[in-house]
Amino acid sequence: MIRRIWTLFKARNMEFFRDRAAYGWNLLFPFMIIIGFSVMFNEDQQTMYKVGVIIDSNTVKTHDSENILVSVLEDIQYRNFRKTKYIEFIEFNVFNHALDKLKHHRIDLLINPRSKHYWISQTSPKGYIVEKLLKAGVENRKFLYNQKKISGREIPYSEWLFPGILGMNIMFSALYGVGYTVVRYRKNGVLKRFSVTPLKPYEFLAAQIISRIYLLFITTLIVFLGCTLIFGFKCHGSYLSLLVVFFLGGFSMVSVGLVVAARNSSEEFANGVLNLISWPMMFLSEVWFSLEGAKPWVKTFSAFLPLTHLVDGARRIMNDGATLFEIKYQLLMLA
Amino acid sequence: MNTVLEVKNLTKFYPEVKAINGVSFSIEKGICFGLLGPNGAGKTTTIEVIEGIVPPTSGEILYRGKSRGARFREEVGIQFQNTELPAFLSVKETLETFRSLYGRKSDMDELIEICYLQEILNHDNRKISGGQKQRLLLAMALANDPELIFLDEPTTGLDPQSRRHLWDIVRNIKAREKTVVLTTHYMEEAQILCDIIAIMDYGKIIAAGPPEKLLEEQCSGTAVILHEHIDEKTLNSIQGNWVRMKDGVEIYPENLNDCIKTLMNLGINLSKMTVRPQNLEDLFLKLTGKRLRA
Ligand SMILES: Nc1ncnc2c1ncn2[C@@H]1O[C@H](COP(=O)(O)OP(=O)(O)OP(=O)(O)O)[C@@H](O)[C@H]1O
Ligand SMILES: [Mg+2]
Repeated sequence: MIRRIWTLFKARNMEFFRDRAAYGWNLLFPFMIIIGFSVMFNEDQQTMYKVGVIIDSNTVKTHDSENILVSVLEDIQYRNFRKTKYIEFIEFNVFNHALDKLKHHRIDLLINPRSKHYWISQTSPKGYIVEKLLKAGVENRKFLYNQKKISGREIPYSEWLFPGILGMNIMFSALYGVGYTVVRYRKNGVLKRFSVTPLKPYEFLAAQIISRIYLLFITTLIVFLGCTLIFGFKCHGSYLSLLVVFFLGGFSMVSVGLVVAARNSSEEFANGVLNLISWPMMFLSEVWFSLEGAKPWVKTFSAFLPLTHLVDGARRIMNDGATLFEIKYQLLMLA
Repeated sequence: MNTVLEVKNLTKFYPEVKAINGVSFSIEKGICFGLLGPNGAGKTTTIEVIEGIVPPTSGEILYRGKSRGARFREEVGIQFQNTELPAFLSVKETLETFRSLYGRKSDMDELIEICYLQEILNHDNRKISGGQKQRLLLAMALANDPELIFLDEPTTGLDPQSRRHLWDIVRNIKAREKTVVLTTHYMEEAQILCDIIAIMDYGKIIAAGPPEKLLEEQCSGTAVILHEHIDEKTLNSIQGNWVRMKDGVEIYPENLNDCIKTLMNLGINLSKMTVRPQNLEDLFLKLTGKRLRA
């Protein structure tokens, strides 16, 4: 029995490693995502809000343009507003043109510093926030709160993202690697060929699971080491604990993959089901953003997704250095 | 008795068709049993039911007098009509993988030699020709040194050399007291390899026995081949059957003398006429009323 599992395990591994495309993708994908995001969320370039500024073209024509600039800069409130980080200021000459952009939510607020008018779209939450920011530019009002530094270590977004990406990679690799492969085997008759040998179904499944977990281990390790080297991420908890989390996570994902593969021989259908499973997981398992403040039902739903716990567990270990005991709840859910 | 396989009243009904409709036969050790029949006759279904891949609707299958168990799986070798090979493995790795799934194994070198795989041993499975693939599939079927071997159309798509080659392999297997069950569309092949043939159509066996005996019983006459156009009325006036060919007609008369007399009386040019004894193909056509490979 062991011999038969071992045989298939070896065969499957060879198949995987020789499938350069799939293999390369498994490794490259997480790197690309992390690089992409660390560039995108590079603080200096990040813009959250866009404000349109009207430069009165008539005035420009009739007066000396430097004069206007000076007079505009004199306006202290406007000046403070312009210093706000994360806001991009876009200048317009034609008022109607700018207003149109505002109506279509291309910009969040439109301001005319000369006439001291501003426009927002009443229904736009972003507009509301920018309005508040504009109002906050008044300095002579007393500011009642004092800023305190976040105690402890601040976690950069890309570092927070990293365990999520690893988890997501595990999810995709496990779901597709197992679900899709088994469906393919069934469709092209390889499964049928195996079924007439003394190989028992559970042996076949065991070999698939072990092989996939082994492959996951290797790819995750490479990605992990790669990211650690390139981006200098650190794992603040024990590697063993991390291993346990990833192992359990991988296992539960592989099982889901197998359930999908059970009894269906259409690759297209399997693909659909796998998408159905993986997309919500990807978005609702806090890989990309926190679900803090989401509707309660979304959170409840999220709690049923294995990826949530995988990512959460990994995050606690890597970002916060939690021990296995501290994340026993996450582990329990995975098992 | 030395019966290896016995099938009793086997049926397999699909919603639209009765793929097997009451089939019974038994196969002695060491023979080659040929299952013939037109496309869709139920040959593949029959052997897949026996192999245990498709569950039968009803009927009984006995291997060495007992129902099929773990021993059956260990002792049979199977080549499917069409299967893909595991991707990304080489020929040698595929063989080794299959060999190690069994408790009993045939000798690797011998296997390679028998199936002429030496040259392609390290080729990727996806990069071998159709004939090479057939040989590999056969080698996979022989990986466990099986007692009973099922070959579903093993020579379809092979060139004449490869086909003879495969016949040699089958003879070789037979010489070792193994039992072979094969399906084929080639009557010549059945005549050369098979000790017993069964002709199937619409899920039923319509004739079975040693090929020579079947011919003798059912098809001992001659075939008259004419490369002339002859109208249907004339043909129907001759006692017996006829089939149109691409540039003429083939007649299977009940009485050769009467047939030729009729044709001569009608003033048909007989200078290019050929007369030959009937063969299995004629038998097949007579029984199934269809032309094979047409
Ligand atoms: N899975 C299935 N579901 C429904 N009908 C099927 C199925 N498999 C086979 N059949 C039908 O059963 C009949 C017998 O098919 P089978 O494959 O046994 O024919 P065959 O004799 O092997 O033909 P060929 O010479 O073309 O290989 C056909 O009419 C086919 O359409
Ligand atoms: Mg068939």
